Amino acid sequence: MNGDINLPREAVITERIQDSQDTFTMRLSVSGVDRFSFLPGQFNMLYLYGVGEVPISIVPDGDSHNSFDHTIRVVGRVTNGLGELQPGARVGIRGPFGRSWPIDMAKGRDLLLVTGGLGNAPLVGVMEHLVKQRDEFGHVDLLHGVKQDAELIWHDRYQKWATLPNTRVLLTADNPSPDWSGSQGTVVDLFSQLSITPQNTTAMLCGPEVMMLAAIERLRGMGVVDSNIWVSLERNMQCGMGKCGHCQMGPKFVCKDGPVFCLSEISGYFGKKGI
Amino acid sequence: MSEQARPKVAVHKFSSCDGCQLALLNMGDDLLALSQLVDIVHFAEAGPVDEEQEVDIALVEGSISTPEDIERINGIRQRSKYLISIGACATSGGLQALRNMADTDNWVRSVYPRPDYLSVLDQSSPIADLVQVDLELWGCPVNSGQVIAALRDLLSGVTPRVDVQPVCMECKRQGVVCVMVSRNEPCMGQITRAGCGALCPSHGRGCYACYGPAEQVNSRAVSEHFIEIEVPVEEIRVKFGSINSNAPAFKRARDS
Amino acid sequence: MNQEQKFLPRHDLDRLLQQLKEESYNCLGPVVRDGAIQYLPITDSSDLPAGVELDQVPAAYQLEFTDGDRLFNWSNGPQALKPLLFRPRENIWQVQRDSSGNLAFSQADESVEPTAVIGVRACDLAALELQDRHFLVPGAEDPHYKKRRDSLLLIGVDCSQPSDTCFCVSTGDGPDLRSGFDLAMTELEDGFVLRAGTKRGQKILDALNLSAATETQLQQVAIQSEQATARQRRLLPDAGVQKLLLQRPEHPHWQNVAERCTACGSCTSVCPTCFCFSEHSETNLDASVSQQVREWSSCFIPNHSNSHGHPVRADIASRYRQWLTHKLAGWQEQFGRSGCVGCGRCISWCPVGIDITQEVNKLVEDTG
Repeated sequence: MNGDINLPREAVITERIQDSQDTFTMRLSVSGVDRFSFLPGQFNMLYLYGVGEVPISIVPDGDSHNSFDHTIRVVGRVTNGLGELQPGARVGIRGPFGRSWPIDMAKGRDLLLVTGGLGNAPLVGVMEHLVKQRDEFGHVDLLHGVKQDAELIWHDRYQKWATLPNTRVLLTADNPSPDWSGSQGTVVDLFSQLSITPQNTTAMLCGPEVMMLAAIERLRGMGVVDSNIWVSLERNMQCGMGKCGHCQMGPKFVCKDGPVFCLSEISGYFGKKGI
Repeated sequence: MSEQARPKVAVHKFSSCDGCQLALLNMGDDLLALSQLVDIVHFAEAGPVDEEQEVDIALVEGSISTPEDIERINGIRQRSKYLISIGACATSGGLQALRNMADTDNWVRSVYPRPDYLSVLDQSSPIADLVQVDLELWGCPVNSGQVIAALRDLLSGVTPRVDVQPVCMECKRQGVVCVMVSRNEPCMGQITRAGCGALCPSHGRGCYACYGPAEQVNSRAVSEHFIEIEVPVEEIRVKFGSINSNAPAFKRARDS
Repeated sequence: MNQEQKFLPRHDLDRLLQQLKEESYNCLGPVVRDGAIQYLPITDSSDLPAGVELDQVPAAYQLEFTDGDRLFNWSNGPQALKPLLFRPRENIWQVQRDSSGNLAFSQADESVEPTAVIGVRACDLAALELQDRHFLVPGAEDPHYKKRRDSLLLIGVDCSQPSDTCFCVSTGDGPDLRSGFDLAMTELEDGFVLRAGTKRGQKILDALNLSAATETQLQQVAIQSEQATARQRRLLPDAGVQKLLLQRPEHPHWQNVAERCTACGSCTSVCPTCFCFSEHSETNLDASVSQQVREWSSCFIPNHSNSHGHPVRADIASRYRQWLTHKLAGWQEQFGRSGCVGCGRCISWCPVGIDITQEVNKLVEDTG
């Protein structure tokens, strides 16, 4: 590879799962590589041949060393094309890029994970870490919201996580169907069901900006300080390495300094229009 | 659009000079390569004529300026899965839209000895005013490279990449010395959509906006600077009122 | 490094160029083309702009041709060294797809030859150092930039004739060469005072076998420097004050600038430190090979920044604010100093003559 950090590696789609109407997962393994290491919250630049690249969060594939998942919502030209690919097809991968969730810093503390829509993908790695090392943390609340219940993906994962000791999983839908077993409303509405110890809680948020801003307001109201709130942000990253400049928010490169930020690092910029 | 099925492509013409069709003909090797990948079923300038076929991709040149045009474009839209309007006439109404500013009946009477033979709308309109357009490729003529890139994307099963930048970006990337700054040559590049490769500035001329308005058109700022470098007001009006006179952003600029 | 300064008589300048050629360097130097000074290939000193002077004001760049002998009696051209290293447009990799759908990625080939650039200004070098910090981050070095950077020999010239638009004194980057050069020159009436900045430069200097510069000549150098410094009138507030821009996103003056700015992106293209680029794929019609193209981008163009599919900065005011706050405040956090080197290009080459120094001073004036 001549050490060219710009150069993608070929990866093969080993499996394709249709998660919901507009969301699918491609399971990938990088050609000729035994191990693909990454940390929860990191992302890859995923390349569709002849079309272009998109940043996609990396979801672990169980305990596999060289296989990982990209769960993708079809929203643009590249994701649209990626959605057409079937097992056996080749894509390009650059990564992993970015800063991960502060798992080490959160050890010994309670966790509150709040996600909306496909914002749950970057946090799967954290939950899978929990599955293996449950005793490293105190109480865990996992809150997830979707618009309609048909959009909920990973039922089995949520069921599995709900069986972990001292762990509560709360799911909600804005407009649920009659057979929905979770709550109705936004993920922030679920906060009324929480009883957290603010000083001992590390919150990790990922989802639409409005959702995260509303969650931050509630968390601050509950006494959680900004240095214990972590968010994962989305901007149009192109290089993934803090070079191309597109994903800048204030003085931060979201791709390199983030995508996971401590709120206290970015509170002057996050949610401010046009910054 | 799978490649085995050989997608069908049609090139249609409305009111225009045929320059965009010529630009396609001038693609050279790419045109040959294209003919291996798609069935070009209708392209009058190149030979095949079968306007009635259903196609995957329709390229439409020219503006709508007669009652028959309206009927035709509606039919073409119905028979085309993906419709791309190409060139200034199809995207803004073209040079012939200058008549939108005048009394068409008067024009017709003064030009033609038997105006009653003529059936013409009083406005020349872009295709998108009549039917849904999936992609607009601006320019007089269209840049065939942009057409190729769009077709390649469609063949790859994705929507074409849209990249709207001002001409200044292309001009600077090419290392062209700004003609306005160095020679006081009035240039519309700042507020004109890129795609031409900064053709005029790279030959020492000011851009005359044949690729239509950029995403941001701060016409007041540009006009005020033109006045500072002593461009006559009437000439400034013409700069906003030539090939793309009917593009809304330029129309607004002219009226203000 | 031997700091001794040598004197190269004007009629011997070609000896320097000859020496560079002997050491296998391609020579680029200031050449008048299309009404501007540009770094272009030169064969000997007759290609250099003898007697050319320059008047730069907001939105205007005018060369003046005099019968003087001086070759470097102008401030700067439309571009610094940026396009030589961070190419306006280049293929960074390509990928071939075979009939079974396998993808073979490969680095774009480029043969790079040793290149010497003569006539480089202090502002150019300060900007180059910033671009180095960006593109040569340890562990994430851009291989294309690095290859070209490694092949570059830089021969600077102290700036004796700053333009009306220049303010390198205010940013602390000029008019004299501070660092980053292999060889530095000060042009006097009858020749050049030379000093080396690197071993490579020293080697060239030694090979010329010149006599030491006289006391008088060194005095002339100092006087010229004082005069060049005194010519500059534009000022940026100091770094601490520039940082305030980050705290003033709602200042009404952003809107005031937006009424004059056309969002053409010219300031970012001529800025020697602006580094934003975009990438896209260009695929041949039969889809057998695709190139990844990288080209200069700008925070003034649509789609520069999106979040969840929506533009982050949809209007000109927020784009100008992004440019200025990044350049002057964001850069301080990212690179430890302001991103402005005072070259004044964004003032001269702004097609409508917006002046960064004036705008910044308005944006911070009521904060002291």
